[in-house]
Amino acid sequence: MGGKRGSLGSFLLRLGGYAILVLGGVLTIAPFYFMFVFATHQRSEIFGFPPPLWFGEHFMTNYQILVNKIPFWRAYWNNFYLAFMTTITSLFFCSLAGFGFAMYQFRWREQLFAVVMATLLVPAILNLIPFYLLIFQIGWINTPKALWVPAMAGALGIFMMRQYIISAIPKELIDAARIDGCSEFQIYWRIVLPLIRPALGTLGLITFIGSWNRFADVNVIMRTQETKTIPVVLRTLQGATDVEWGAIMAGTALMVAPLLLVFAIAARQLMEGLTSGAVKN
Amino acid sequence: MRKPASTTSSGDDSLTLAMRWSSFQRRYAPYIFVSPFFILFLIFGLYPTLFSLYMSFQAWTPSDGWGRWKYVGLENYTFTLTDPMFLRSMWNTIWLGVFSGVPQHLIAIPLAFVIHMVLSRFKTFVTAVYFLPYITSTVAVALIFNTLFATQNGIINLVIAHLNNWPLLGALLPDEKINWFTSANIKYAIALMVVWQFTGWNTLLYLSAIQAIPKDLYEAASVDGASRIQQFRYITLPLLRPMMFFAVSLTIIGNMQLFEQPFILLNGGASGATPGGQTATMYMYRTAFEWLEMGTAASIAWILFIFIGILTYLNNLIFGRSARGE
Repeated sequence: MGGKRGSLGSFLLRLGGYAILVLGGVLTIAPFYFMFVFATHQRSEIFGFPPPLWFGEHFMTNYQILVNKIPFWRAYWNNFYLAFMTTITSLFFCSLAGFGFAMYQFRWREQLFAVVMATLLVPAILNLIPFYLLIFQIGWINTPKALWVPAMAGALGIFMMRQYIISAIPKELIDAARIDGCSEFQIYWRIVLPLIRPALGTLGLITFIGSWNRFADVNVIMRTQETKTIPVVLRTLQGATDVEWGAIMAGTALMVAPLLLVFAIAARQLMEGLTSGAVKN
Repeated sequence: MRKPASTTSSGDDSLTLAMRWSSFQRRYAPYIFVSPFFILFLIFGLYPTLFSLYMSFQAWTPSDGWGRWKYVGLENYTFTLTDPMFLRSMWNTIWLGVFSGVPQHLIAIPLAFVIHMVLSRFKTFVTAVYFLPYITSTVAVALIFNTLFATQNGIINLVIAHLNNWPLLGALLPDEKINWFTSANIKYAIALMVVWQFTGWNTLLYLSAIQAIPKDLYEAASVDGASRIQQFRYITLPLLRPMMFFAVSLTIIGNMQLFEQPFILLNGGASGATPGGQTATMYMYRTAFEWLEMGTAASIAWILFIFIGILTYLNNLIFGRSARGE
């Protein structure tokens, strides 16, 4: 952008800019780095002087402690199951509702959509206690469906899908399909779904990551060791006496690593998806 | 097209049976398509919320058995509003709301501007790096910081000790090792962590808004001899106002419900630093699931709910009008 004018000044500004970005980047990455480093050290080393700055040899020791103290892989499966079920059902119900709001004229449409958007403003955690009581009342404590069924049609997903369908699918296409004899659901299933694959990918990523990281409600609803997810079992390790920080860091690294990998592949798509609503506002 | 298809809007068409069926299912399809959200919302959203309003006027603990509520009038509310522990947790929430919220924006806005000005090819990569903490589980973040905040040889204390040797900066920093896990200091630890986790998210929001500013505005300004900093001050900042409103609103709503960060750093409330660091949502959680006072916890939720509502309204009043107007 900058032309020839004030080239020394703009060079210095640029240099200062790089310096700020590098410093900020280092501060951002450092905790992740130490998570991986600490996962390979014993507790005495982690809090010794000097603290470890490079990888050690005790990852397997930590791993053994981890799998001995908690049903780690069971929790891993629970985490995956919860995230998977939430994602699959959200993709279906959010895109279906988004299609409904985007492509049809119907009575109360604007009001109904306003209700969807209003639920985004309600602070979620305040609903935790009555939600727990409801789950208690219907006997869903310790069952994964208590966590994914209520999350099947999230407002954010419906909003994203609606925006994408409005921008990506011409109404004429829907009308043409109708003339060809498609029912409304067939239009959704055969025409709309294939065309909104990019948006489905983004919503899938966001939903999966969100579910993977859930804690507060999982912590109260999943009470037995076999039903807990990773964040919840790692928390129980922290509550123990003689906290095995090396093992906790190993577990944390194993929980975070898949997301880092997914993010490395799909960062741009994810960031665009997450800000799309905010930018259009 | 504005009316439902069944009210023959194109009057000349003769409707065959097939077309009748088609218009019938076309008429009701959208309602069916959007219904799952509303069914789930009524059962898992609205019903529990209303039920918690009812609960907040009852005394109940799970061992009483389902349905054995005891009406206590406003007792839960008067108890909560005069409970020193609750008031302290409210103070912590507000303190954290400010000190973990304001820095996020003070860092993110210039950072987004710098990324936009300095980078082209690596823009996505750098933004992605800054964004990484946002997609990371808060429990993971808090567990990691728990080790980094260790008093004796924790990385953060060692870095501070090192910076102490620098001129100028050293004068600002304490000479002794900071015990972060005390009632007085834990708030700073939580705020630092929250800032670390959410600054990247705000940077991304501001960057996307900055990228939407037309380039010719900057070009015109630079022809007029405006420096980069003047461009930032007189073009970028004013045009960022709508995004600031949006991002600040999200921060307020988010910060008023900070839960996982204090909950993990304070070891679920077992830490000695708990009174100085627990937020209102954490206090609500412990009231419900540690002390099993469900009615009192419901009253805390409603007090918080109203408080957040007022804050959002004030933010809208102060910030929102000028953000939308102009």
